Amino acid sequence: MAELKRWDQLSRGGTVAPADVAQPTTGDWRTSGKPTLDYGRCVNCLLCWIYCPDSAIVLDGTTLSGIDHDYCKGCELCVEVCPTGAIAMVAEEAL
Amino acid sequence: MTATLQEHPVLLTGGEAVAHAMRQLDPDVVPVYPITPQTPIIQTFSKMAADGEANTVIVNVESEHSAMSAAIGSALAGARTITATSSQGLALMAEVVYIAASMRAPVVMAVGNRALSGPINIHCDHSDSMLVRDSGVVQLFAENAQEAYDLMVMAPRIAEHPDVSLPVFVCQDGFTITHAAEPVTLLPDEAVRAFAGAYPADRSVLDAGHPLTHGPFAMPDYYFELRRQQTAALLAAHDVHVDVSVEFERLSGRCLAPYEAYRLDAAERAIVVLGSSAGTVKDVVDALRADGEHVGLLKIRSFRPFPAEALRHLLGDLHEVIVLDRADSPGGAPPLGADVAFALHGYATPVRSHVYGLGGRDLHPEAVRDVFLGCAPHYLGVRGDECLV
Amino acid sequence: MSRLKTLVRNQHGVQPLRGGHALCQGCGIPMVVRTVLSTIDRPTVVVNATGCLEVATTRFPTTAWNVPWLHVAFENAAAVASGVDAAQQALRRRHALPAGEEVAVVVFAGDGGTYDIGLQALSGALERGHRFLFVCYDNEAYMNTGVQRSGATPFGASTTTSPSGLESFGKAQQRKDMTAIAVAHHVPYVAQAASTFWDDLSRKVERAAAADGPAFLNVLTDCPLGWGHEPRLSARVLNAAVDTRFWPLYEVVDGKYRLTYRPQKPEPIENWLGLQARFAHLLAGDNGRLVEDIQRVVDADWDDLVARCASPRP
Repeated sequence: MAELKRWDQLSRGGTVAPADVAQPTTGDWRTSGKPTLDYGRCVNCLLCWIYCPDSAIVLDGTTLSGIDHDYCKGCELCVEVCPTGAIAMVAEEAL
Repeated sequence: MTATLQEHPVLLTGGEAVAHAMRQLDPDVVPVYPITPQTPIIQTFSKMAADGEANTVIVNVESEHSAMSAAIGSALAGARTITATSSQGLALMAEVVYIAASMRAPVVMAVGNRALSGPINIHCDHSDSMLVRDSGVVQLFAENAQEAYDLMVMAPRIAEHPDVSLPVFVCQDGFTITHAAEPVTLLPDEAVRAFAGAYPADRSVLDAGHPLTHGPFAMPDYYFELRRQQTAALLAAHDVHVDVSVEFERLSGRCLAPYEAYRLDAAERAIVVLGSSAGTVKDVVDALRADGEHVGLLKIRSFRPFPAEALRHLLGDLHEVIVLDRADSPGGAPPLGADVAFALHGYATPVRSHVYGLGGRDLHPEAVRDVFLGCAPHYLGVRGDECLV
Repeated sequence: MSRLKTLVRNQHGVQPLRGGHALCQGCGIPMVVRTVLSTIDRPTVVVNATGCLEVATTRFPTTAWNVPWLHVAFENAAAVASGVDAAQQALRRRHALPAGEEVAVVVFAGDGGTYDIGLQALSGALERGHRFLFVCYDNEAYMNTGVQRSGATPFGASTTTSPSGLESFGKAQQRKDMTAIAVAHHVPYVAQAASTFWDDLSRKVERAAAADGPAFLNVLTDCPLGWGHEPRLSARVLNAAVDTRFWPLYEVVDGKYRLTYRPQKPEPIENWLGLQARFAHLLAGDNGRLVEDIQRVVDADWDDLVARCASPRP
């Protein structure tokens, strides 16, 4: 967690510029494994991309290139909507 | 209507005078909702705009709450924004007034001070301004139509100053000033335009290239610091007001500083007051001085930020300071009285407090005389409360 | 699936809403936001009413928004948007804005900030004809504050302020027809949509964003917590909402009604109720009459809607 700022270090009106802040990670919300992509089955339909509430489906242009596990909360919507079963929940790595 | 109204006084009500100031300022957006006694302001201004004398987008919103809300959206989009309200309208928008201050939206608002319900009453007192006393906005009080005009001309320069960037309310007594015609000297249109300049907005929600999030959600770890920063801006408004008033005096010959000291030289007792009653007090001061009484007046123009330092300097060695509040805080100290007493904490000067004029009850010179001479009840002129000598 | 690729390209490499926000696992709202914002291919400013979306995405000093965004209060998003629109008109008139496309003004508000506390400001903004798109993410209750009933909560739903119990079957009132209220303001474009019907929603956003005046989208959006279903089942639940005709998908263009989705085989309302814990009590015990009442209202409303679609513009 970043150090807390003094009042005279804050932006006017408490505005926040997205470029100035890194978002807190939410990957630790997952409790039932992490979604993992099978590129062999993926047909780049992009349904997982539009469904993901956490904008965690990573694209290279319009091609799926991965899942951002720093933000994925493990809701499994991507698993459910994928028409080819290309996403599966896999156990998290042991701590 | 325009070319002849320059440099010699014309007969205008306070409402009309403020409308002229708005015409000359030519704001980008005016979101507004009607309420007595502010209506002459928006009606006069609407006609001016309809005749092409102002190039303003007027938004006839469906409530005062929406007026201040639209004003925030407009001001944060880089548009010079002015609105007006009174009484229940100010009460309804009170939530948004606090937010406008916290979002640092430099909205200018004309307030026709009117009593808060209940009972419902359309006449003057200061309870509406006092309802948002703690909101963090600048509140300036005019003594007469001329001051209302002058303060409105000055207001955008104070509101939009980068050190401030806060709402500024220009308050004038409802009916007493808004509806009473007085001689008012207007500045030439070009002089006002040059004085006000352009709104120096350094950010805009219309600037997609520099996206900003406005109006955050703050937890206990940051709320206090965000409010503290906002308070610093309100305090900074004092010096900005002084600077702007110096510049305005060079332009107009009239001084609209945060306060006016009237015959305080060698005064033993002084009244502190806001608004049009200062005129009544001045008359009584003159009469009593002629009788050899050492009395004076400190008229506060900037109620927020409160000029505590100047007040201590001017009143700190008087025998008695008497505060007249046109608003009450039942069960506690009246607002202006509380500020004066707090400012004089540690000084030997006793502070006496009276409440007058609620719901448009006139303040008569005789009552002011009684106040100076020490025989007046706490609530001035209320039937049933007589001074028991 | 080329529309989704278009939505991706419209983002120009920058997600309008990024991860790291605190919306629930499987929340239905981001899908609406991302579909709307990536359909509109021009600069956009978002005005957000108080609620789940606003609170969860902007805890100071973070933000999930890569677009200009403002939040003022709960009930006034439409009024704030009116001010932004007025400013744009005024500044454009004075040639004080850089030349280029008009910035789209988009409001996101929940059903509370639309149907109830937000109704006045919305009505005023619609009547005045401001150029803005108001998107209601309708999850049918005050979810952010703990699932309290709103004017959008359906008849019979159990919420924390209309709980089902020994003496109560949940909300005793029919919900408002907010879409019809918007239509009554004679604005250029009004539509009813659902979050997981992203293609239908995106087409509606396109038409809404091109409207010469106000546009209103009422988007049924699931709340796994408040509705009581597994987060992963959003599509199944919303399919049921639409296929049972509980939530018809239609648009009203300059007053002319058009259905945009007609269920091939209308399903019984139990198929919608049975997927959510908030209706579970209706399917238990002796509440059969209530379910019939719900079915009756759904059927009547559907017939009414179909009739409006068939008739010429009034």
